[in-house]
Amino acid sequence: MTEAISTTPHTALTLPTRRHDPLDPPPEFDRIRQEQPATRLAFPDGHLGWLFTRYEDVRAGLADTRLSSHLPRRTSPVRITPLTEEDIEPFANDRSLINTDPPDHTRLRRLLTGQFTVRRMRALQPRIDQIVSDHIDAMARGPRPVDLVTVLALPVPSLVICELLGVPYTDRADFQRHSATLLDVTSTREEILTAIRSIREYMGELVRSKREHPTDDILTGLVHADAGGQPLTHDELVAIGVLLLIAGHETTANMIALGTLTLLRDRTRWEQLSAEPQLIPRAVEELLRYLSIVQFGLVRYAKERVELGGVVIQPGEYVVLHLPAANRDPDKFPDPHTLDFHRTNTHHLAFGHGVHQCLGQQLARVELTATFTRLTSRFPNLRLATPPDHVPMRDTMVVYGVRELLVDWDD
Amino acid sequence: MRVTVDQDVCCGSGMCVLTAPDIFTQRDTDGIVELRTDTVPPSHEDQVREAALLCPSGAITTH
Ligand code: HEM
Ligand code: SF4
Repeated sequence: MTEAISTTPHTALTLPTRRHDPLDPPPEFDRIRQEQPATRLAFPDGHLGWLFTRYEDVRAGLADTRLSSHLPRRTSPVRITPLTEEDIEPFANDRSLINTDPPDHTRLRRLLTGQFTVRRMRALQPRIDQIVSDHIDAMARGPRPVDLVTVLALPVPSLVICELLGVPYTDRADFQRHSATLLDVTSTREEILTAIRSIREYMGELVRSKREHPTDDILTGLVHADAGGQPLTHDELVAIGVLLLIAGHETTANMIALGTLTLLRDRTRWEQLSAEPQLIPRAVEELLRYLSIVQFGLVRYAKERVELGGVVIQPGEYVVLHLPAANRDPDKFPDPHTLDFHRTNTHHLAFGHGVHQCLGQQLARVELTATFTRLTSRFPNLRLATPPDHVPMRDTMVVYGVRELLVDWDD
Repeated sequence: MRVTVDQDVCCGSGMCVLTAPDIFTQRDTDGIVELRTDTVPPSHEDQVREAALLCPSGAITTH
């Protein structure tokens, strides 16, 4: 067990972020995983933390509740946060799911898990199929070439999460813009503050209106939930509403568009799925692994001393658990850089692991399966309308993907 | 084979239901795991082992 516990830090790395191939993680990770699987990481704000890249270590770290999701400082491995302590003060107590630990986390999460069960998500399938079909029909009638992000990838999950939460879809332009600002690591202080204030204000209004005029949706359910005699505060409701709205549309949208690029860059993949639609659920799992769109990994904070991957993390240190590197670990996934729809091992970490594992994963699976099924059957000869290396990528976004994807087809 | 679940640590991810739907289900109220049966027929043992491996909160134990 205690092989090679080292407390002497080797040279600290900075997090590699530059990709060679837009569909692969930065190539340095293969070397890092092999030579320095548990390594010192220099955060841009000067903090000396840790980076883990092996599948086993990343999974164990995510399952370890001593590694907290409640970060005392907004420390990021890719940027110095431009926000000051005073800037953060007004939202410092915003507790949603993603930044709390048990038992607070358990209380909040259990208010929601009943809404996202496998059974509930399957019951939504006919409605999701309908939404996908409507958008694909409109796409078929519209001008060509067309940007798949605008006509399909973004609208489908946005409409689905709006209907579930009870958010008017007509307000989408504003919340999509704020959400893009918040996920972009190059946004300025002013941009971030405006986006946070606007989206909180918007959600606050919505929460107030659900209190007075209950409707049949998740937000109304949360407003009126008793939560074991501890109803949610207004700030908790706003924080959870904002989290669900952002997490619910950006992630699936990027999987749809980046997944389509992946399948069209090597068109045999597209043809394979049009010919064998029964492969699509497995293709979805494999694309989740291969693309691992939460591209900079997950950050945790050591509340206690933790041994992981042969090193000792001291209390107060920040840790990066790198999902894309773990999902390309050859010890777990043989031939990891090959996209293989026949892989039987689906234990990928694209949705995280541990108590914070993605709440919306069963919804995402239904949305992705429905979209790829209809898209490949309606447009068996869909093709990229630009060379693949001209597709603009979301290099600076916490959730990776494409900014635009021009596609064309023959009738 | 027998299987037990710890409802206090379950985080309602649904992975067990996705993997072994004949053995696991989720409570409608809060999405927490429930067993349909605690005795696993031989035909389902692989599925249940897989569910225990996948479970993100370590709530599933096989005996
Ligand atoms: C393919 C699409 C998606 C991917 C790759 C993805 C990825 C992730 C990851 C990696 C986490 C873990 C974060 C952490 O441990 O710190 C997470 C959490 C979360 N996701 Fe997703 N997600 C997706 C879709 C969705 C959807 C559709 C929703 C809609 C409700 C959603 C809602 C959430 C929420 C609320 C959390 C926080 C859960 C908690 O902290 O307990 N996600 N997601
Ligand atoms: S896989 Fe584990 S955490 Fe998820 S619902 Fe089943 S028992 Fe609960």
